[in-house]
Amino acid sequence: MSEPVTFRLLLTVLAAMLAIPAQAGPEEDREAFRAFFFKRFPDVPPDAYADGIYALDENARRQWEEIEEFPPYEFAVEQGEALFSQAFANGGRYADCFENDGIAVRQNYPRFDPQRGEVVTLELALNHCRTANGEEPYAYDSSELIALSAWMAWTSRGRKIAVSVPNDPRALAAYEEGKRFYYSKRGQLNFACSDCHVTSAGSWVRADHLSASLGHPTHFPVYRSKLGKMISLHSRIYGCIRDVRARPFPEQSVEYRNLEYFLTYMSNGLPANGPGARK
Amino acid sequence: MGIPYRLTSKHIAAGLALVLTTAAAGQAGADPASERRLESGKQLAMARDKGNCLACHAFDDGELPGNVGPPLMYMQQRFPDQAALYDQIWDATARNPDTMMPPFGKHGILTEEEIGLIVEYLHSL
Ligand code: HEC
Ligand code: HEC
Repeated sequence: MSEPVTFRLLLTVLAAMLAIPAQAGPEEDREAFRAFFFKRFPDVPPDAYADGIYALDENARRQWEEIEEFPPYEFAVEQGEALFSQAFANGGRYADCFENDGIAVRQNYPRFDPQRGEVVTLELALNHCRTANGEEPYAYDSSELIALSAWMAWTSRGRKIAVSVPNDPRALAAYEEGKRFYYSKRGQLNFACSDCHVTSAGSWVRADHLSASLGHPTHFPVYRSKLGKMISLHSRIYGCIRDVRARPFPEQSVEYRNLEYFLTYMSNGLPANGPGARK
Repeated sequence: MGIPYRLTSKHIAAGLALVLTTAAAGQAGADPASERRLESGKQLAMARDKGNCLACHAFDDGELPGNVGPPLMYMQQRFPDQAALYDQIWDATARNPDTMMPPFGKHGILTEEEIGLIVEYLHSL
């Protein structure tokens, strides 16, 4: 190696050592998150991650495409549209509670609500809308709430997920909480979400093929053929947490809302494609 | 890291070498009591509500094994000392804090006796 090259190398190394590391924030996290999967699965086009395990499993994908020809969530979308357009007893409407009359806004949820100082998911926003109009809130596992969410997801198909962490320390704290939850080992089996959906994405756990977390929240609610019904994202997460033999939190707990905030931010830029169909 | 494990020709070559060098060594005796212990070790390793080791490891004639962890074979060569094998199952996080392998003993998933039986069984593979 010639002298000038060695010298330049030394300078570069010195410069690198002195450089102040870039402030790691949500955007840096997201880039690293995506880059991990793009490197692991170089043949999978970025947008395909919105299809969950079907991005990684050719055989399962073909079966899924057949199911999608007669979408099992269609009924929920129709029910949701009907419910959404019904006026409340006081004459108010769901449309009044959302930007753009609630059409094509799903991709912006969950969002940090500065008034409430917390993360508001779409399901929570729907219930807030009901109580503000003098109606009882729906149970989070009720078919009505899931249908409303399915309809709103449907109107957002093809929009890019666009969750923001505004410049508010409480928003960043909520994001960081969700991130910590995601990477923490829990339960008797001692698994973190990332163990299965990052480190081991693409591997098999007995007959289960593990999907990448990138794209996880793009397509909820989901019709699960195993259960024969539609379920919410939080109910899915509840299942994974129960499976690691940890104490699950209830749907819409602050823990799951913050987790959804982090998880959805990681999927920013992917197409919203809910509702979905899964095994 | 999480590169999925697959049986490769390297594993098979290693296995063959082992078989050739230890062919004469002789395996666990065929007396009924120790056969029964090996059989219960196998059951414990395979049962979903016990070790469920097949979730992550291929071994023996287990069906639909996962591939999160390496295949469990040639265990005597990998773990000449049974105590080290016991420790790996008791608490894999001691060796690798980020491991995906659950700490079976430390978290009370399996009892000492159950792990002991699994160790004996694995050593026979
Ligand atoms: C022991 C392994 C394991 C752990 C730990 C785990 N999951 Fe899962 N998860 C699965 C399996 C298996 C499936 C079904 C196959 C698939 O889509 O990956 C699944 C599916 C999902 C899905 C649905 C994917 C889709 O496309 O609809 C979501 C969302 C999800 N998990 C989130 C989580 C979160 C969040 C955590 C942590 C709180 C977590 N999982 C922890 C194994 C795990
Ligand atoms: C959820 C995944 C998972 C489960 C379940 C699991 N393991 Fe593991 N195991 C691993 C991984 C990953 C490794 C690789 C080393 C590490 O990360 O500790 C490993 C390593 C090992 C090793 C060391 C292998 C070697 O050659 O170094 C042994 C032995 C072992 N496991 C036995 C078992 C037994 C016995 C059970 C069931 C009682 C079991 N494992 C269940 C994931 C698992």
